[in-house]
Amino acid sequence: MDIQTLQQFNWSAMTPEFIILGVAALLTLLDLFIPKHLDRRILGWIGIAAILGAIVSVLSLAGGQVTSILHDTFRLDSFAIAFKLLLLAGSGLVLFLAVSYEPKDGMEEYRGEFYYLFLTALLGAMVMTSSGDLITLFIGLELLSISSYILAGIRKYHVQSNESAMKYVINGSISSAITLFGMSYVYGLTGSTNLLEIAKGLLTVQDTQHSYLLGLAFLMIFVGLSFKLAAAPFHMWAPDVYQGAPTPVTAFLSVVSKIAGFVIVIRILLTVFGSAASVGHPNQPILLDMQDYIAFIAGVTMIIGNVVALRQSNIKRMFAYSSIAHAGYILVALTTLSSNMFYSIWFYLLAYLFMNLGAFAVIQVVTEKTGSARIADFAGLYKRSPVLAVIMGLLLVSLAGFPGTAGFIGKLNIFLGAFYGEPHYVLASIMIATTVVSYFYYFGVMTQMFFRPASDETGKFNIPFGIIVVLVIAVAGSVLFGILPNTAFDFMTNNLNNLADFFS
Amino acid sequence: MNLHWILSILVFSPLLGIVVLALLPKTQEKVIKAVGLLATVPALLLALAAYLHFQWGKDLADFAVSVPWIQFRGMGTQEPVFSVYYELGMSGFQMLLVVLTAVVATLSAIAAAKFVKKEWKGYFMLFLLLETGMLGVFTAENLILFFIFFEITLIPTFFLIGKWGYFEREKAAYSFLIYNGLGSAVLLIVIMILFGKTGTTNIDLLTQMMADPNVPLSSDLKLGLLIALLIAFGVKLPIFPLHSWMLKVHVQAPPSVVMIHSGILLKIGAYGLIRFGMGIFPEQFKTLATLIAVLGVINLLYGAFLAFIQTDFKMVLAYSSISHMGIVLIGLAAMNEAGVQGAIFQVVSHGLISALLFFLVGVLYERTDTSLIENLGGMAKGMPIAAGFLLAGALASLGLPGMSGFVSEFMAFLGLFKELPWVAAVGTIGIIMTAAYLLRAVLGMTYGKAHREFTGVLDLKGVEFVPVVVLMLLIVLIGVYPSVLSAPLQTTLETIMLGIGG
Repeated sequence: MDIQTLQQFNWSAMTPEFIILGVAALLTLLDLFIPKHLDRRILGWIGIAAILGAIVSVLSLAGGQVTSILHDTFRLDSFAIAFKLLLLAGSGLVLFLAVSYEPKDGMEEYRGEFYYLFLTALLGAMVMTSSGDLITLFIGLELLSISSYILAGIRKYHVQSNESAMKYVINGSISSAITLFGMSYVYGLTGSTNLLEIAKGLLTVQDTQHSYLLGLAFLMIFVGLSFKLAAAPFHMWAPDVYQGAPTPVTAFLSVVSKIAGFVIVIRILLTVFGSAASVGHPNQPILLDMQDYIAFIAGVTMIIGNVVALRQSNIKRMFAYSSIAHAGYILVALTTLSSNMFYSIWFYLLAYLFMNLGAFAVIQVVTEKTGSARIADFAGLYKRSPVLAVIMGLLLVSLAGFPGTAGFIGKLNIFLGAFYGEPHYVLASIMIATTVVSYFYYFGVMTQMFFRPASDETGKFNIPFGIIVVLVIAVAGSVLFGILPNTAFDFMTNNLNNLADFFS
Repeated sequence: MNLHWILSILVFSPLLGIVVLALLPKTQEKVIKAVGLLATVPALLLALAAYLHFQWGKDLADFAVSVPWIQFRGMGTQEPVFSVYYELGMSGFQMLLVVLTAVVATLSAIAAAKFVKKEWKGYFMLFLLLETGMLGVFTAENLILFFIFFEITLIPTFFLIGKWGYFEREKAAYSFLIYNGLGSAVLLIVIMILFGKTGTTNIDLLTQMMADPNVPLSSDLKLGLLIALLIAFGVKLPIFPLHSWMLKVHVQAPPSVVMIHSGILLKIGAYGLIRFGMGIFPEQFKTLATLIAVLGVINLLYGAFLAFIQTDFKMVLAYSSISHMGIVLIGLAAMNEAGVQGAIFQVVSHGLISALLFFLVGVLYERTDTSLIENLGGMAKGMPIAAGFLLAGALASLGLPGMSGFVSEFMAFLGLFKELPWVAAVGTIGIIMTAAYLLRAVLGMTYGKAHREFTGVLDLKGVEFVPVVVLMLLIVLIGVYPSVLSAPLQTTLETIMLGIGG
């Protein structure tokens, strides 16, 4: 590739990535060169500014044609824009949590890393949304994963943090290996790593033996990627990692990392397996044969997440299982493959981003104050800090999916998809039954906050500025999209043409 | 005159009170109570205005409002695939329930101002949210909106029971949440299936569509949906095997909440069965009529027999509620004009009577710290006025002619005797039992053997007279002049009868 070809590329499509990359590099250098005694928090604020800049540049790219550069390995379509916005918003809020993070045993020495690793992780996730090629997808995935491994273990002298990082690395590597193995089958069948070319190549696959191989590839890719979603069967890491990792990192893993997981799942499954013909029914894609497997995983994920969450006494572990459950709900939308699937998944992740990050902001304040993360520590929160308690209550109600909140509309979308066209009665029933189960543990926290007396009533909570920002945005988002969901839907329709260019 | 915004104000006016309360300091007890009470007044006035509007011969459809709200689109389509409208409206039936809700809510606010002893601010904020939910349920014109308001009633009720209730309040609150959560889960499935299959959730439109044989819903699916609705609203009503949560709530919740709960929330179940069950699936309802009649009789007898052996007056009333809701089912199962009218009458009448009785329970408990029948024996000596109203309320409940209970029971049974005489005949045992258990309980309290001196115990006084007198007057009014209810119901009944082909 010579310099002329390089210049011909429409680099502006990558502006958001360049901003994040540049600032991440800048922060690394600044961290090295600014004097030791200076507060590293300023780096966090620069990171937040970078993310705001990237959001603006993504918005300015919305509504254009599909741009494909670097020999179709980087692809900017509406799908990429829609999910980049979620990733950026999520990471921005997480950085607000990070600048307010003050663990009792201190973490001054490595605060610099703490901030720019979030940015590199985000960069990986953003590359994933725009990948048109298995290689770039995988590189994005690894960039995200490796940054997150370090983030999980960033409190070097904290035993649980180390344990969490170790478990995360081991589980993560195994699942990456499985995914990669699955991808190698796809490559072997088609001789290309480019997603659109693979799709074209698979159109001509006639041999049923090849279809079975493709089925195997599908299973391995999907099972491997379920790690990032924290869906069964690769959900076991979540509770331990969530518990041990610093709270902002936990928030990042539960939101941004999960969004990235869904991005890659949708990208691969729909482009690769949406075109190959099914065994026995040449007119329908092989993906429809796989529907039952996705449905099975969705069902198991919802049941495990919601049922095991009932037994937790640690709030972060409880939220780990809750996030597993939410992955299950979103997989229901994926299973249905209905025409509103993109909508449902995007909207659900948007709602989930607000409610979960808001809840983690409250968790961070409470756990820092008490030094432990037991659910019992929330006792009497209403007496100690009515505002925090009411906000947490609202976010929990949204997580439980009650009307008036974004969580409800998200679930409504998914249900509509499940009954529209080919109905999925069993899956929808599991979803709704497990939702009722989830009332138990979400309202269990409420019971602690509102009904139980506080064990120690002393001391007001100091809520740092960063947390206030997160709480305000989270509450505003949860309520706004709960009452006027059309604001989000219209944005999708008017600026992103409903993701119609996904397959072109 | 443009009246479209009236219903929105009616439904959301209590929220204004919440905003004001949020700005008040916690310690201002008197101001908080006054604001809480005043915030229920606009809804009450508007509800009464709607009633007058109807009485002056104008059309209730004037109030209907319909604005596009949510559009669900598919991939790559600009046109909305599914639309949900923000639509409120009022038929005669809905109007009666709105008036009932507004009246009971205001009276319950008075009761709360008397009986609630702590954290008034939180109490009234939740209470007003609950009122908005209830008013919304009865005015919603599509199923999604109905469901939203329906669920909105759950959360404040959970907190009102769990925080301000008696000793086992948390258990009762959880029991309430889970049972009703399951009920509404089933309801949501029904709604989403209908939405997915027909593309609309507008109730009137659905009613028309279901009558059309070309709609792509097999009759088996319709029957399944109706059974699901029966379960969903059966939890709320409650129908016999699904009732245990409701006993706990009646006993553990504070009296002012039970007034609302027994008076209005249970009626949502009846409203749902009539409007959606019978309205949307009339033919399938007919197939299930015998089953529903039998369930109704079981409710009636089971509630009555168990009420007979209770020692706690609150439990007597709780079982009595189950028993009386059996009459609603009996009336519906008759599937004729008298029966359905009786069922609706019973809904309104029981709402007023149980609100009255639970208010009196609140008064008694406040004075004596007990609601056990034995311990209250001989209360007529110390509290003659309260005892008198208690007796009057009980007589209304057991169906004394001249009071509202009589009209509804009479019509419900009249309906069922026409269709299923044997089931109805068994049911009449329940009416006798009702008289027996109510008189046993009330006479045991008023004139029973005294276990304590009632000297120095205050009788009804001051503002406490307002709920008692208002409710009593309404009960007698319906009893002697039933057309205050039957006139607004005329068109609703005609529509239902048209649906079931009666």
